[in-house]
Amino acid sequence: MQDNTDKILNDVTQNDYKYGFVTNVETEIIPKGLSEEVVRLISEKKGEPEFMLDFRLKAYRHWLTLKEPEWAHLSIPEINYQDVIYYAAPKKKAKIDSLDKADPELLETFAKLGIPLEEQKILTGVAVDAVMDSVSVATTFKSTLAEKGIIFCSFSEAVKEYPDLIKKYLGSVVPYTDNFFAALNSAVFSDGSFCYIPKGVRCPIELSTYFRINAANTGQFERTLIVADEGSYVSYMEGCTAPQRDENQLHAAIVEIVAMDHAEVKYSTVQNWYPGNKEGKGGIYNFVTKRGLCKGFRSKISWTQVETGSAITWKYPSCLLMGDESIGEFYSVAVTNNMQQADTGSKMIHIGKNTKSTIISKGISAGKSQNSYRGMVKMTKRAVNSRNFTQCDSLLLGDKCGAHTFPYIDVNNKSSIVEHEATTSKISEDQLFYCNQRGIDTEQSIALIVNGYAKEVLNKLPMEFAVEAQKLLSISLENSVG
Amino acid sequence: MLSIKNLEVSIDNKVILKNFNIEVKAGEVHAIMGPNGTGKSTLANVIAGREGYEVLNGDIIYKGKSILESKPEERAREGIFLGFQYPVEIPGVSITNFMKTAVNEIRKHKGLDPMPAGEFLSMLKEKKKIVEMNTTLASRSVNQGFSGGEKKKNEIFQMAVLEPQLAILDETDSGLDIDALRIVAHGINSLKNKDNATIVITHYQRLLDYIVPDFVHVLYGGRIVKTGGKELALELEEKGYDWIKQEIDI
Repeated sequence: MQDNTDKILNDVTQNDYKYGFVTNVETEIIPKGLSEEVVRLISEKKGEPEFMLDFRLKAYRHWLTLKEPEWAHLSIPEINYQDVIYYAAPKKKAKIDSLDKADPELLETFAKLGIPLEEQKILTGVAVDAVMDSVSVATTFKSTLAEKGIIFCSFSEAVKEYPDLIKKYLGSVVPYTDNFFAALNSAVFSDGSFCYIPKGVRCPIELSTYFRINAANTGQFERTLIVADEGSYVSYMEGCTAPQRDENQLHAAIVEIVAMDHAEVKYSTVQNWYPGNKEGKGGIYNFVTKRGLCKGFRSKISWTQVETGSAITWKYPSCLLMGDESIGEFYSVAVTNNMQQADTGSKMIHIGKNTKSTIISKGISAGKSQNSYRGMVKMTKRAVNSRNFTQCDSLLLGDKCGAHTFPYIDVNNKSSIVEHEATTSKISEDQLFYCNQRGIDTEQSIALIVNGYAKEVLNKLPMEFAVEAQKLLSISLENSVG
Repeated sequence: MLSIKNLEVSIDNKVILKNFNIEVKAGEVHAIMGPNGTGKSTLANVIAGREGYEVLNGDIIYKGKSILESKPEERAREGIFLGFQYPVEIPGVSITNFMKTAVNEIRKHKGLDPMPAGEFLSMLKEKKKIVEMNTTLASRSVNQGFSGGEKKKNEIFQMAVLEPQLAILDETDSGLDIDALRIVAHGINSLKNKDNATIVITHYQRLLDYIVPDFVHVLYGGRIVKTGGKELALELEEKGYDWIKQEIDI
């Protein structure tokens, strides 16, 4: 029976990446390599004000003093930072207010990904700020948002239009000194999104950005900043698919969120970057720093992520619970297949009184992949009567993959409660036969079982995203189990 | 409908079934009885196509064709249903979703489009009545946290939804109290028609108080050693399996 299991496993894991294509948009690039000059050049190309250049230079100089972190359960090939292109922009920088004016090639790319902007715009009421190779191409629904005083634009635009807000909040949650990749991003970030929700405003639509890495050998350094003012609410979705590449692509993004008194931010990600081929060649290296600051009283930040892509994932969306009674949440499904490696989890740092946090992590490992959960829960002395609940489940498909859990718990007061639950399970042959016997083939059975396993997290995603995430789970595990 | 000839089956090199023969026609109900460890569940699994069973000899002919090379899901789509002795739990997958997937896979096999959601839901509603299934049960995860009785009811409910041509019910009566037994048996009886056949595998006679079989077979030592009408079941109940053993072993 074991042999058979292995066979099914092999069959199922031999699935090819379905989003491998390159869009033929003319690209303007800066030569390979990183130096103070390149940093200045990026800033100049973008026509940035002085304060941004200062920020970038400080970050660059600090980066020079840092080493890559080595504590993660990942084996990372040496990255030559001088062999990366740090800036690429589609040449046709169309400033447009409607999609009809967008580059038809780009629109086609989105159509291939199954996320036609046009349709989303009409059917789902989603305002999409499409980022393709570092420069925003199309921004929709701006006027609707503007009526409510909501700012949703590309980062570059925000630097020019809202310099005061950027000055105030840029690096306030993730300072450039935070870590190696954060410093790198701060020095060279190309573009990203900025979002500001004014006092008391409930954003009427889900804000969404589709990131896409396109130009060959181009590092992608996105930066997102979301500020939710007192009593406001916003749900933000980030989704990604990248075309197939042989050379590894470096990606180091930063997301910063600030929530004031009674504000709530939901941040959802579906990440489907090219994971490399079955032998582990190619694929995206994804080193992301995502952090939310619950600054105000009863503020709330939720991270929901479905991660199926990238060759290497290094990512810990976190919450700093500073405001009293603030709430932090982290819901995650991380799938690794073939030779993929993921070290992902969350940090919940309780600083304010009566703060609460929840971590639900569902890891799914197949093929020869390695999937680690790394989480930190810290209760400071001040954070009296605080609570954390962590549930960390691993599902193994086959016997060649690995699942690991690294919880760090640090409690410095007597009234707080921290709970940690963990399980490890396999898809059993009994379950597969039961499904088969009802007419469902093995591949679909696995999809069904895996989706059931991840349901708790998928339920937290916005509706239109959940459907996409479900499909993605099935696709990434096609031909993969026993 | 089903014709098994000289079947010999082993698991891990141990022969379980040998010289096994049976003929099942549309419209018939067959009961297969026998003491523990005689190969009853093996028979059910082999017909359903479970991996791990090696067919050394003989053939299984279903609707005129050998199915030995067919995958379990292909057999299922062709109308073979196995009611499990120990139904497994599938956390997070609702019965409704599970059945929707199964129904549409079977329809796809028949060249039909997926069943429209509204039609599917009203069909489920009708089928629930057959096993007096609690309406909330279908929104729960498949078998998760179900009582023994609920699990078996769920099996018969699925049978009602999938409308198989050949249903094999493996120890469906085990672990049932008398009320659940009555409901399950009623479900099986009401699904019976002239075009389908049922094989009831059981250890005890009591299920046969409710489901009247056309034939009763006694399985012993991997083959059918005695076949009779419903009165054979009563005789077995009275005299026990030792009676058969003595008759055979002599």
